[in-house]
Amino acid sequence: MNGLPGFLRLLEGPQTVGRGPAFWIVFAIVFAMACAYPLFSDGYTVGNTVYFFVWVFIALSLCLIWGYGGSLSFGQTAFFGIAGYSYGILTLNFGSAYGFTLVALVLAIAIAALFALLLGYFMFFGRIAGVFLGIVTLAVTLMLERFMAQTAGPEWRIGVARLNGFNGMSAMPPLTIPWPGGDIVLFADIGLYYAVLGLLLLVYLGLRILMNSAFGNVIVAIRENPERAEMLGYDVRKYQLITFVIGAALAGISGVLYTVWGQYITPSSMGMTAAALPLIWVAVGGRSDLTSTLIGTLVVLAAFQALTIYGSQYALVFMGVLLVLTVLIAPNGLVLGVMNLISRLATRRSKGDV
Amino acid sequence: MALLELRGLNKHFGGLHVTNSVDLVLEAGEIHCLIGPNGAGKSTLFRLILGEHHPGSGDILFAGENITALKPFARIHRGLSVKFQVPGVFKGLSVRQNLEIALQRTHRSVELAREIDRLLTFLNLEAEQMQTAGNLSHGQKQWLEIGMAISLKPQLLLLDEPTAGMSPEETHQTGEMVQRLNADGMTVLAIEHDMAFVRQVAQRVTVLHLGQVFAQGSIDEIVADERVAAIYLGQAHA
Repeated sequence: MNGLPGFLRLLEGPQTVGRGPAFWIVFAIVFAMACAYPLFSDGYTVGNTVYFFVWVFIALSLCLIWGYGGSLSFGQTAFFGIAGYSYGILTLNFGSAYGFTLVALVLAIAIAALFALLLGYFMFFGRIAGVFLGIVTLAVTLMLERFMAQTAGPEWRIGVARLNGFNGMSAMPPLTIPWPGGDIVLFADIGLYYAVLGLLLLVYLGLRILMNSAFGNVIVAIRENPERAEMLGYDVRKYQLITFVIGAALAGISGVLYTVWGQYITPSSMGMTAAALPLIWVAVGGRSDLTSTLIGTLVVLAAFQALTIYGSQYALVFMGVLLVLTVLIAPNGLVLGVMNLISRLATRRSKGDV
Repeated sequence: MALLELRGLNKHFGGLHVTNSVDLVLEAGEIHCLIGPNGAGKSTLFRLILGEHHPGSGDILFAGENITALKPFARIHRGLSVKFQVPGVFKGLSVRQNLEIALQRTHRSVELAREIDRLLTFLNLEAEQMQTAGNLSHGQKQWLEIGMAISLKPQLLLLDEPTAGMSPEETHQTGEMVQRLNADGMTVLAIEHDMAFVRQVAQRVTVLHLGQVFAQGSIDEIVADERVAAIYLGQAHA
């Protein structure tokens, strides 16, 4: 189990599509292309790509909680917002010197995770499940949006950071890495691109290892039949809570990165539309697989942006239509359907050779 | 020595008295069958033993310890295991993964793989191991779930209608398997309607009727009891 083959084995299993040398060679090529891409592009386009990448983390969080865990959470945008605002409040108060923005990044994600721990404790240990989980998490999200929207007055401040109501917070410092000979500031172009790409790689591979571990087995077992899982000796509530907290941390990563990308965060990032869109990306891609979610999210986001140029209302209608079509034609997700088709064809061919 | 002891268990659902002061002692090492007409409270009694329902009053003692307040998963850790009435397999996962989930709490890596293979052979499901469990026949699902339940190596195995939907031959095989497990020291409490199965395996039988213990004894004593025939066996033989 040593070396590269041993490591690859940790990344493969029944819970994730894609295995064997062919998959990992394609993966390495795609990653190399992603690394080389800024060399052949301009700063604005690269910055726009970062924007797409930022959303993948929240999509993966939903994939984990909903696709693998079977609990539909509308609350991911709440954790997104909490982390984003936390980053703003921390960095506006304490600045960016001595690498504090990186500390703020970690703290903001931790605050979102802590909030999820509290909320999740009452939900899962109160045995709230199914559609009620969706209702509770949606209510929390909308409540946070309403609350933040009414913080326009000067009395709503934490330290020097004004919450600014519906206009949101802005002008927080970008991520800054302390470096001898001058700090490296990750503005929303090439610098931030590589940081986010690296983080995305780590999170994707980390989640693959997690889902193919014994822990991942229990998570899908709970999705399939929680009663049976409990009767095999697993404390279902504990596993659901841990998954929920990990998911909240991932949504928090999106929230912080979104905030540093545009240097602003507003309450509408926790609104109804913001809460619904990730569900569509994940459902269209294929919620029960990490790779499908990743690809699906990037494709749908790019299509959405292209359509927005012609009129944002039509783009939203299109998203709705896309969701309905997915549910009707490929309930497991379009990307996942295509990937399963490819792997079936590949197996048939290799069997034909023998 | 008593392995499981139920003392005055009461459970109400609204106005319905589902179990009414049930006292039951299960000796370590026995195969005990629980019979009774539909609605007698058999499955409710299982859910009380497992902790899915909580009794209004009464105590549950397992291996001398009062487990009445324990959560279901904690009771499993103490040495209980169950096969449900409706097959409770993980339908969307492969047969192999079903067993892996059951075994991974107590086994790791190479040992885990070996134990899964051993169970697949034991259950005669080797050829189906990569199949989705939802695609198995009803009988195979029953076997798979029994396999998951016994893989925990419990002290007490609860079986809720283990042979439902099985052919007479499969039923007989299941009976033999239960006897083999019992010979290895496993205590078994089974709810069963199939009298051939009860006759094959039961060392003692308890008849439950309207939430109360109605009669108890060997299968021959139960069959000879005219009161029991009136409430239950009469219907079963009809």
